[in-house]
Amino acid sequence: MNAIKAQINHMEVEVQEGTTILDAAKKVGFTIPTLCHHADLKPQGSCGICVVEVEGFPAMKRACMTEMVNGWKIHTNSARVRAVRKTLLELILSNHEMDCPICIKNNACELQRLAATLGMTTLKYPQNFQKKKIDNTSVAIVRNPNKCILCGRCVQVCTEIQTVNALALSMRGFNTVITDAFDAGLGNSVCVNCGQCIVYCPVGALYEKSCVDKVWEVINDPGKHVVVQEAPAVRATLGEEFGMEPGSLVSGKMHATLRRMRFDAVFDTNFAADLTILEEGTEIVDRVKNGGKLPVITSCSPGWIKFMETFYPHLSEYVSTAKSPQQMFGALSKTYYSEIKGIPPEKIVSVSVMPCTAKKFECNRPEMNSSRYQDVDYVLTTREIARMMKEAGIDLKEMPDEPADDPMGEYSGAATIFGVTGGVMEAALRSAYFLITGKELEDLDILPVRGMEGVKEAEIDVNGLKLKVAVAHGLGNARKILDKVSTQLKNEGKSEYHIIEIMACPGGCVGGGGQPWGSNMARRARRGETLLKEDKSLPYRRSHENPSIKAIYEKYLEQPNSKKAHHLLHTHYYKRSKVDGKVILDT
Amino acid sequence: MNIVRNHVLISIDAGTLMSGARAVEDALVKEIVKQGLDKEVSVLETGSIGITGRGVILVVYPEGIYYADVTPDDVPELVEEHLLKGRPLTRLILTETPKRTIITKEKTGLLKEQPRIVLKNCGFIDPENIDEYIAAGGYEGIAKVLQTMTSEDVVAEIKSSGLLGRGGAGFPTGMKWDFAIKTPGDEKFVICNADEGEPGTFKDRLILEGDPHKLIEGMLIAGYAIHGTRGFVYIRGEYSLSIERIEKAILDARAYGLLGKNILESNFSFDIVVMKGAGAYVCGEETALIESLEGKRGHPRNKPPFPINAGLWGKPTLVNNVETLANISEIIRNGAEWYKGYGTEKCSGTKVFTILGHVATPGLVETEMGTTLKDIIFEYGGGIKNGKTFKGALVGGAAGAFLGPDMLNVKMDFVNLKEYSAALGSGAILVMNEDTDMVDMLKSVLHFFKHESCGHCVPCRLGTARLVELIDDIAASKAKKEDIDQLLEITRVMKDSSFCPLGQSVTLPVSSALKYFKNEFMSRVTS
Amino acid sequence: MYRDAILKKFDPRLDNILFILHELQDNNPQHYLANADIEKCADYLNIPYSYVHGVVTFYSMFSLKPRGRYIIRLCDSPPCHLMGSESLLDYLKKKLKVDVGKTTADGVFTLEITSCLGICGVAPALMMNEEMIGNLTPERVDTVLEERRQTS
Repeated sequence: MNAIKAQINHMEVEVQEGTTILDAAKKVGFTIPTLCHHADLKPQGSCGICVVEVEGFPAMKRACMTEMVNGWKIHTNSARVRAVRKTLLELILSNHEMDCPICIKNNACELQRLAATLGMTTLKYPQNFQKKKIDNTSVAIVRNPNKCILCGRCVQVCTEIQTVNALALSMRGFNTVITDAFDAGLGNSVCVNCGQCIVYCPVGALYEKSCVDKVWEVINDPGKHVVVQEAPAVRATLGEEFGMEPGSLVSGKMHATLRRMRFDAVFDTNFAADLTILEEGTEIVDRVKNGGKLPVITSCSPGWIKFMETFYPHLSEYVSTAKSPQQMFGALSKTYYSEIKGIPPEKIVSVSVMPCTAKKFECNRPEMNSSRYQDVDYVLTTREIARMMKEAGIDLKEMPDEPADDPMGEYSGAATIFGVTGGVMEAALRSAYFLITGKELEDLDILPVRGMEGVKEAEIDVNGLKLKVAVAHGLGNARKILDKVSTQLKNEGKSEYHIIEIMACPGGCVGGGGQPWGSNMARRARRGETLLKEDKSLPYRRSHENPSIKAIYEKYLEQPNSKKAHHLLHTHYYKRSKVDGKVILDT
Repeated sequence: MNIVRNHVLISIDAGTLMSGARAVEDALVKEIVKQGLDKEVSVLETGSIGITGRGVILVVYPEGIYYADVTPDDVPELVEEHLLKGRPLTRLILTETPKRTIITKEKTGLLKEQPRIVLKNCGFIDPENIDEYIAAGGYEGIAKVLQTMTSEDVVAEIKSSGLLGRGGAGFPTGMKWDFAIKTPGDEKFVICNADEGEPGTFKDRLILEGDPHKLIEGMLIAGYAIHGTRGFVYIRGEYSLSIERIEKAILDARAYGLLGKNILESNFSFDIVVMKGAGAYVCGEETALIESLEGKRGHPRNKPPFPINAGLWGKPTLVNNVETLANISEIIRNGAEWYKGYGTEKCSGTKVFTILGHVATPGLVETEMGTTLKDIIFEYGGGIKNGKTFKGALVGGAAGAFLGPDMLNVKMDFVNLKEYSAALGSGAILVMNEDTDMVDMLKSVLHFFKHESCGHCVPCRLGTARLVELIDDIAASKAKKEDIDQLLEITRVMKDSSFCPLGQSVTLPVSSALKYFKNEFMSRVTS
Repeated sequence: MYRDAILKKFDPRLDNILFILHELQDNNPQHYLANADIEKCADYLNIPYSYVHGVVTFYSMFSLKPRGRYIIRLCDSPPCHLMGSESLLDYLKKKLKVDVGKTTADGVFTLEITSCLGICGVAPALMMNEEMIGNLTPERVDTVLEERRQTS
């Protein structure tokens, strides 16, 4: 690598070959404004906001995608540069629905922030655009094309990182829009509802379909008994919404806040995660020991499940039949809990707080009614619950730490790491070891499955039985391992893997589509660390040690994979059309 | 072989076809048989001779008499009078364009005659007959290259010829080839850019329709020079006859061993395929063209890397325009020095111009670089139609510049026009008479850009939209003076920050229209 | 079935996509790309439907809407504009009783506008299916429309 010497705003700068102007400028203290650029994504250069002058070139250059060249004299803040940026921003604003105070992205909008950075206080160009129809077809995701600035991030994420290809650029020039394949709406497309498009959208063009109003309505309804569960990953991110450092752990504060919002019972999805491990773990052990279908592929990520049903239906019989923790919880809230408490199930409203937009789709799947009612009624994202908490006037940061309620609130460390990539695998191995050998695994930190590497593989020695496992997060990474498995199955009739964990979102649920704005890979990693830390701090770190889990099997479910457990806690999968994402035949 | 007394050339191109050339041809053949002349007279198809808007064109040799607006009804009389009795049929003779007689410079020394290099064969040979191309000296260039020249020699020759790329930007072709030869790579591609979409331009079409082998030969030489392995001709989807002709030419060349493995028994192997566009002006930009060729939306790529380093499928790729490539075989055959004998010091050779709009005889003219605008319009284009006066011209297509009457003496070449903040571009000259509403013309130009912007970058996608709003208001006398300032401001910003040349070039028509016709704009706005 | 025959003519390579789409459209009785065409093309090339949709909508020669038997593509670029294409467009709209992008009630004509067709020597000009027609005047438009109506 050669060193490049150049000048930025008259300051000498020396950088490695291949450094962009954007990064080089940062090195000498100049932040060049950007809009379409995102640290996790390939630069596209669509917005033009980061243009800088390079002496000797008639046109300006985009700092985000232009590499430094020896001897260049660069100006990032000349009058000409500032004027161009303002005109570009003004053009963007003239074609952007500016209802900032009532926009979902208010105060978190990158466009709004840019306008402030560039000191825009007046506008010359009239707002002059034809209102386009808002896409409300999906149960999880809303797309408002009137706010879209066509930065292309959502398309890049959907096509390159997630490889779902629900979204694409369509039409040309001024008519360019982002749409699904047949312009039928995301709800009628291959969209798996992972919500990564939302995470990367700089403005308010993409957001979850909210059920905040409905949840307030049931909370305020004295005839309803509203129970709430919170997913593992929510406790590692909710603090961000209240100005806490990314990575702050707020499990106790979260329970306290929900209680003060007048949920009738504050439980924890982590309880159900422990249950999942016993159900899935038992299935794994059975399949490993008795020559069942291998590998066993995890089933808790609903984005992944729809992805599998659409693109890899031939692998559906390899996917664990265990429901996701959310749905196990939902079924039990209207059966087990209903029975103990003597509250009729029709009075119980089951609400979940999820880092995820796909959970909204999952709870609406018609087969998710083992309780004979819709098992989970409403799914709120981390962002939605934060909005409700703020509306209720409760500052999460100031809350005391409180535990969740019994009998579905207690959890182990194995459950809490469900929220980060590798966590389900680690939790499963801790219990599988016990289930296979009857002995406890000594070293609980299974390091090879941790970290932000896209595909992780490990071989675990279970008393002489070598378990080959793989972990993938982000659906593009999932494809890599699934293609390999498919080929092995096709050519050799079996695969080298025993267990595979797949999470639809990069980083796992800490990077979910329902998480606080501003996710990037670095932040996802910090959130993940937080969950691994909580794991270490808890009295129980193996799911099968959780006393509440022992209790539910004794009192109600008999044993893992029992008939009752099967009825309430297991599910089946479908094949879906690549045209509209709808079910085509029961597998 | 029969000794034929008369050759009748019938021009078959998109223009004459729409005027019924096929019907005339059928009538002609039938009539000749009927008169028993079929042993003495041969009817040959050829490409356009560069005259448009005059219906079906015939040329009868050896007399070299041009007939225009010929209909099937005229045929019996024409055959009887001219071919049987030897008396040219005066009422159909094309008279308005005496300067179209094609005589080489050496023979006459007349500046006003068309020195045809690129269009040498157009209108003389049957473009669907490879033998006629060969008989006219075709494929001698590649033969010479393969037998006597190294790749470096070829690049040096092209460099020394001073040939500038005819696609519009005027980049030195030899330099591009030099970069290409120096770029390492086991696979290199030659792309012929035939996505001719610049409004008012149809020179490439006439070359493709009239002399497709010349293009193939140019690509072969380019391929040899840069160690290329494969060639692609990317043609816009609307040019169906061009596609047909070039595809046939490729098949014929392959059959003659001029394409494929070990061409002319040398170590050089090269083949060409035709790719068809589907209606997108931006694909004329070389990186957008490559994207389109790869099967994607035609969005331009960031440069660097340039195609010459990483082009089609990431491989080194040379992209040259049709007209550029059509010059190559002649330069090789006759030498760089010969070529430099045409044109100006800085811009050698000839240029194919399209003259259209309010001129007496719209069409195609090949003339030396540096010919004045006045000569092109008044000598070759026959002056302004219906005795009107000249008001202005849009030179270089939509991405070109308006020029006013005081610019009539400007020398038309890449370098000189740049000095007047104009551009030669594709060589289209849209002539406007005294009655033309220049605001309305700029409006048309800006609507064109809005329609053709690819939409990738903000400056172009939203800039063109805002420009259209402004010009519509100005044209409708609903605008304020500040709106004109805004028009200029936006085009300046587009020039600075657009992702590709499409958006960057909009400043040219806008600033030039306001330079030469400012009063017209001011009279439409309120202060 | 005819779609499979078309596909078979081309290697399943992405760079053949425009050829394939052209052929599918040309052979569709309504001169457009139906969802079935997009699906066929995508499946054959093993690419997402959204990708094909994105490509189709980028290029102006492709249509996602069923079109008439004759597609009139009137050029509105500056050379034709100078020679009066704007008033011809008005004339065509009135005559056919349709707006740009729409098909006549009898399904015979679809009116579209296009950028420069490269036949500017005979401006104003239009393309009717594969055929170029120039030196347009209202009278010539009448004749052309009448001829086509007769044959359809």
